[in-house]
Amino acid sequence: MAKREKPLVRPLSPFMHYVNGQTLHTMGLSILHRITGVALTVGSILLVYGLVAAASGAENYAAAQQCFSSVWIQSALVGWLFSFCYHFFNGIRHLVWDTGRGFELATARKSGYAVFFAALIVTAILVVLFVRAGGAA
Amino acid sequence: MSLRSPIGQVLGLGSAKAGAHHWWMQRVTAVALALLGVWFVASIFCATSFEYSAVTTWIANPIHATLLSVFIAALAYHSQLGVQVVIEDYVHGATKTVTIVLSTFFHVIVGALGVISVLRIAFSAAGSLE
Repeated sequence: MAKREKPLVRPLSPFMHYVNGQTLHTMGLSILHRITGVALTVGSILLVYGLVAAASGAENYAAAQQCFSSVWIQSALVGWLFSFCYHFFNGIRHLVWDTGRGFELATARKSGYAVFFAALIVTAILVVLFVRAGGAA
Repeated sequence: MSLRSPIGQVLGLGSAKAGAHHWWMQRVTAVALALLGVWFVASIFCATSFEYSAVTTWIANPIHATLLSVFIAALAYHSQLGVQVVIEDYVHGATKTVTIVLSTFFHVIVGALGVISVLRIAFSAAGSLE
């Protein structure tokens, strides 16, 4: 077998030419929509648990309150709040795409950053509001 | 020459007309949840107390009970549609079908539990109306 003089440069799939740092951002935001969606599915089980407890009398509700006041659930609630905000804003971004608008690369990137930071800011505001109100749960 | 299959010619039926049903229901429930979700989160943040009597009284209000029931139903439906797409992407073959059916059962149970709990609170409070 003859030795190659310089390393072989293999051709890339056309779409790979567009994969750069910014593309990775929008890809990350896309998978985040799915992750927050699944997180909200898990969160809805907790909501239904709370409702079942409330419908099962004061004692059961008190037990649920105990569970909701644990540090683990309180921290998870912040995660669920962010999931809600992100899935909400990015969901609206998806609905706009459904009308055929906003597909240009630059626009899609800008709207991606916008929904991500809007979700972060709204989550932060709600957490601050909740803590200042006394942090009941 | 017709391109239709012999059975298609005999039955004379068109398409099942359900091709975009999953996609469309996902959008419809998304819009419903965008509105109801904001209402739900705003209600939680406006609540002054999470004591048993305060929460059950709030849920028992007919408007709250209605919106909460519809919210839970739309949530379970939208969640089922979304989880189905995730399963379709990562699970294959017969396991896929079984997983989707189990996920659907699960979502129906969670949705029914939520709605029935809300209705139980709403109707048990009805006896003690002033």
